[in-house]
Amino acid sequence: MTASSPPAPASVQPIRGHHTATGPLERVLRNGHFAVTAELAPPDSADADEVYRRAKRFDGCVDAINATDGSGANCHMSSVGVCALLTRAGYSTIMQISCRDRNRIAIQGDILGAAAMGVANILCLTGDGVQAGDHPDAKPVFDLDCMSLLETARTMRDRGQFMSGRKLSRAPRMFLGAAANPFAEPRDFRVERLRKKVAAGAGFVQTQYCFDLPVFAEYMRRVRDKGLHRRVFILAGVGPLASARAAVWIRNNVPGVHIPETVINRLRGARDQKAEGAAICVELMQQLKEIEGVAGVHIMAYRQEHKVAEMVAASGVLGARDRHAGADINRGQQGENRDEFA
Amino acid sequence: MYARRKWSVRHARKLEWLYAHFERVMVALHPLWQTLGYRRIERPVAFVERNLKGLLFDCRMCGHCVLSSTGMSCPMNCPKQLRNGPCGGVRADGNCEVEPDMPCVWVEAHKGRLAMRGGGKIMSVQAPVDWSSQGKSAWLREAQTQHRHRQQQEAGQ
Repeated sequence: MTASSPPAPASVQPIRGHHTATGPLERVLRNGHFAVTAELAPPDSADADEVYRRAKRFDGCVDAINATDGSGANCHMSSVGVCALLTRAGYSTIMQISCRDRNRIAIQGDILGAAAMGVANILCLTGDGVQAGDHPDAKPVFDLDCMSLLETARTMRDRGQFMSGRKLSRAPRMFLGAAANPFAEPRDFRVERLRKKVAAGAGFVQTQYCFDLPVFAEYMRRVRDKGLHRRVFILAGVGPLASARAAVWIRNNVPGVHIPETVINRLRGARDQKAEGAAICVELMQQLKEIEGVAGVHIMAYRQEHKVAEMVAASGVLGARDRHAGADINRGQQGENRDEFA
Repeated sequence: MYARRKWSVRHARKLEWLYAHFERVMVALHPLWQTLGYRRIERPVAFVERNLKGLLFDCRMCGHCVLSSTGMSCPMNCPKQLRNGPCGGVRADGNCEVEPDMPCVWVEAHKGRLAMRGGGKIMSVQAPVDWSSQGKSAWLREAQTQHRHRQQQEAGQ
């Protein structure tokens, strides 16, 4: 999906009146296609080519690239910086904004800057605590939280003004996203929290890693009971685990990740644990696609980004949209009924 | 540890009732506060408020009390000061991501609101804190705003 490569079929779908953004991700989702997004690990480097090299691995297999914002409270190139480089090359981006490091003045400025650069999607996050990262002595900001950030971004977009009420001469057209973790406590509150995020303006959500399908299926059942799957596009988080040891480490050290024992045992029993991790990821993508209300997958392949294209192709989740499969697309066929999303 | 906070959440229903009545009294006494002067009584009232709410809720005096919308669990005790619900980092035992020995204030809030009559208020999206009123009395602020609100309503009719 570089400027030089031809656009994926779905990305040439028209922008309709009720679309909030100009990017391909929203069009793909509103046309009822199964979307794929992937997370780009920003470099610890001032080299632009390193960003482009990392992004190139996703060419042709994702609808948008997430630029993380100091994820895990570790210092890397900023999401604004990564998005500036990527949009310049024609990539479709999701700029992550965390409330941990910046106050409302800085964040609103970043939103305007991002929209001006051509960023069509932002993901509004609270952010991990500073204790989780490489600068635990930093001052946590948390002036806004993900919910008030969503409302702020929506106010800027729909009412064309800052939080203070001051007018913008041009409002940012953006598709607003949020995160969801169906696996964290208090679990019976999680669907309600999603409803609150939708009320605050979320048009799509990307979830935490889904390794526990029964728990996720139950979450989705409750989401459907409330009709939320008709009001927000849910992209389920997936990713390949490198080994059983890595899985245990992630479970114990990365906040909010839930990996059931069955997955760890399956990895432990495999001859090639890395290949097994990718195979599990592919299976999960296929199974998640079958759950009603799941609109796509979000791949977080930390240090295994080179495997993303291969895994997406192997899973077949892109269906006719997969250019590697060489098939043509039935444009709009499944699309029209899903396009009623408000 | 955190015994007082937990007590308040366990008694959320009673505290909710008490709070609602107390608020009515504070608003009804608006003429008195006005005669005494809101600015003059700010410090003594804030002193009482800080100590009483500090005892019951480990109150941080943000100046924008939302306890009745958060199950009587003070959201400002969250290390991320989240006012709209739990983050995704809550541990499997219901404790905080940042402070592993502390019960997540939102896990507590969820317990509290289930006991409350107006527990559904947890779903309203809270605006970010106005930091310029930190340390000031939320009670007096509420009395003043509610009074103004009523006046506007009457003027509207």
